[in-house]
Amino acid sequence: MTYSPIDRAATKTPQGVARRIRGLSDRTIAWIFVSPTIFLLLAVNIFPLIWTIRLSFTDYRVNRPNNEVSWVGLQNYQRILSDPDIWNTMQATAHFLIWTIILQVLIGFTLAYLINMKFKGNDLWTTIIVFPMMLSPAVVGNFWTFLYQPQIGLFNYVVAFFTGADPASFSMIGDVNLAPWAIVIVDTWMWTPFVMLICLAGLRSIPDSIYEAAECDRASKWRQFWTITVPMALPFLMLAVLFRGIENFKMFDLVVQLTGGGPGNTTTLTSIDLKREAFERWRTGYSSAYAVILFVTVFGLASIYVKALNKVKQR
Amino acid sequence: MKRGFMTTTAASALAAASLASAANAEELTLCWAAWDPANALVELSKDFEEQSGHTMRFEFVPWTSFADRMLNELNSGGQLCDLMIGDSQWIGGGAENGHYVKLNDFFDANGISMDDFIPATVTGYSEWPKNTPNYWALPAFGDVVGWTYRKDWFERPELQAEFMETYGRALDVPATLEELKDIAQFFQGRDIDGTTVYGAAIYTERGSEGITMGVTNALYNYGFLYENPDQPYDLEGFVNSAGAVAGLEFYKELYDTATAPGSSNWYMGENIDAFRSGQVAMQMNFAFIWPGVEADENVGGGRSGYFPNPAGPAGQFAQLGGQGISVVAYSDKQDAALEYIQWFAQPQVQAQWWELGGYSALRAVVEDPGFATSQPYAQTFLDSMAIVKDFWAEPAYADLLLAMQNRVHNYVVAGQGTAQEALDGLVADWTEIFEDEGKI
Repeated sequence: MTYSPIDRAATKTPQGVARRIRGLSDRTIAWIFVSPTIFLLLAVNIFPLIWTIRLSFTDYRVNRPNNEVSWVGLQNYQRILSDPDIWNTMQATAHFLIWTIILQVLIGFTLAYLINMKFKGNDLWTTIIVFPMMLSPAVVGNFWTFLYQPQIGLFNYVVAFFTGADPASFSMIGDVNLAPWAIVIVDTWMWTPFVMLICLAGLRSIPDSIYEAAECDRASKWRQFWTITVPMALPFLMLAVLFRGIENFKMFDLVVQLTGGGPGNTTTLTSIDLKREAFERWRTGYSSAYAVILFVTVFGLASIYVKALNKVKQR
Repeated sequence: MKRGFMTTTAASALAAASLASAANAEELTLCWAAWDPANALVELSKDFEEQSGHTMRFEFVPWTSFADRMLNELNSGGQLCDLMIGDSQWIGGGAENGHYVKLNDFFDANGISMDDFIPATVTGYSEWPKNTPNYWALPAFGDVVGWTYRKDWFERPELQAEFMETYGRALDVPATLEELKDIAQFFQGRDIDGTTVYGAAIYTERGSEGITMGVTNALYNYGFLYENPDQPYDLEGFVNSAGAVAGLEFYKELYDTATAPGSSNWYMGENIDAFRSGQVAMQMNFAFIWPGVEADENVGGGRSGYFPNPAGPAGQFAQLGGQGISVVAYSDKQDAALEYIQWFAQPQVQAQWWELGGYSALRAVVEDPGFATSQPYAQTFLDSMAIVKDFWAEPAYADLLLAMQNRVHNYVVAGQGTAQEALDGLVADWTEIFEDEGKI
């Protein structure tokens, strides 16, 4: 008597186990498989979130374990939303977010468009361009402090070469007017390749037949670009904006290494401020409220954005 | 026979003692900042390992993240560190929040007297509440902000002549902060051996404690006081007195007119680099760097000199640095940790500590007749330690420090508002913190 492989596998299942499994419904088996994931999600995401919301209504301080914790209601939220310093950090974050996204989308899309034109050395250029995003943000922040040094920095010398200004006459990270742009430049340098890769995927997903049909209809290159390339690459572009927006809203390491939030508070982004409140001033209740406000802001904006993205995809 | 018996007994006792020692051998972890003195301590501790049978592990964290990392560890009741060489300002929190073991009984039982240490270090590193005999640490590393200058540049005849012509006095170690500013401005943008150099490297760092540790050297000497000497936590008119405002304006002027471009976020490391690379004529820095300066091939070997923070209109003071060594209350190896402190307090160990580059706070070491001449910077260290003042050491010190970092950096580096507004704002911030703390 010969057994097929399925028969052999079936006979290897111990009878007791087989009997037990046979008694379970598909739904139960499905729950058994997903329950570890759900448990982990609850333990590392949902529970801390609920706990943070609870703490945000108290004056708890983690460095004062012996102090009595009082319920303060909405006081933390009121203090945060009426604090001009926090609105300044929001403004700094908005400046950083908006300009990095604009520059990265413009430059990233342009690079993707150029790379998409098949030419010799295309792959080599792609590799060279994506190199910055492979580096650690802390490392990038650190070495750009040297590039921005007025005495020895390459950046200042390049600017001086084109403008004729004295390299030591300006300090990108020491000047209140230039520092917000200094962090925008570095983030753009580092993350434009990421936007480029997403755009490139979008551009390569457009079938050649559409362009061929447009050629037959004698559409100009300019018209092809606006009526074929941009609309078809738009969902990808929007996805890149979503990723970069979320990432830059919580930007921390690169800016801390580069400017430490200074000069003054000109580059103190919300995540840096939140970290100071939570882990330097140890105002746990207050910083929990701060975190909840930021979470609601990002989640709300991202939800609206995702709906818009879905609409664009359905067109 | 009797002799043989004695020998055998002694050998057995010795063997038993070694066995007991081996059986109780612990692996102790000492936590400190990652800097030159920490390397010296690793060397020094080999002697302890040999004597005690315990092994030492070290957890060193760079200064800019030292407080974050270690206070996190203490606040979470972590058992990483058995011994902590924590910053002087942590002593209040360490004591009140139960992070450190109180050492009075241990000191009494082992004949360790705080009278044997430099008084300023005992107050600064060990006592909480201040000026009371409650000890939470043994002074481990005396440190203070002082100045390093390019002696070889100061001695150049052409510069001497030009300085004399401009300021009507010799180019020499400044006696006052105003003189220091003159010298720094004199060197600012000057060409020396084909290189453009700048006046001074001062502390301006925003993220941790840098600018506060720098600006206080001007504030103290112009009349800034942390509080009313007769009424604790009464700040108005002391933190923002006319003298304090003048001190802050002095620091800003020094930053604006006599420091290297781009020095908007400099602390210990950046100042050292600027000085060693010949960018600046003078640098403000903690005394711990002086052995390294002496040994440096570019600026050491007699090319640099040292002087204490110069006087201002209200006196001569300098910012205290340094740390005490404490036993962490969450450690389950407290006995072995106390053994380390007992060993470390010994005069011969303290003398060796100084030889290796650690600044001993033991009076027997620093008052030794040969001490002042033992190193080119030894006298400056002694003079500086005699004029120290320290930042708040309250449990809320981190809140107080962040507020000061923010206010001072905004004014000095970012140029926002006036000195008066910055210090008035600081009074408001500190008052709110003390109110939250229930102190006022």
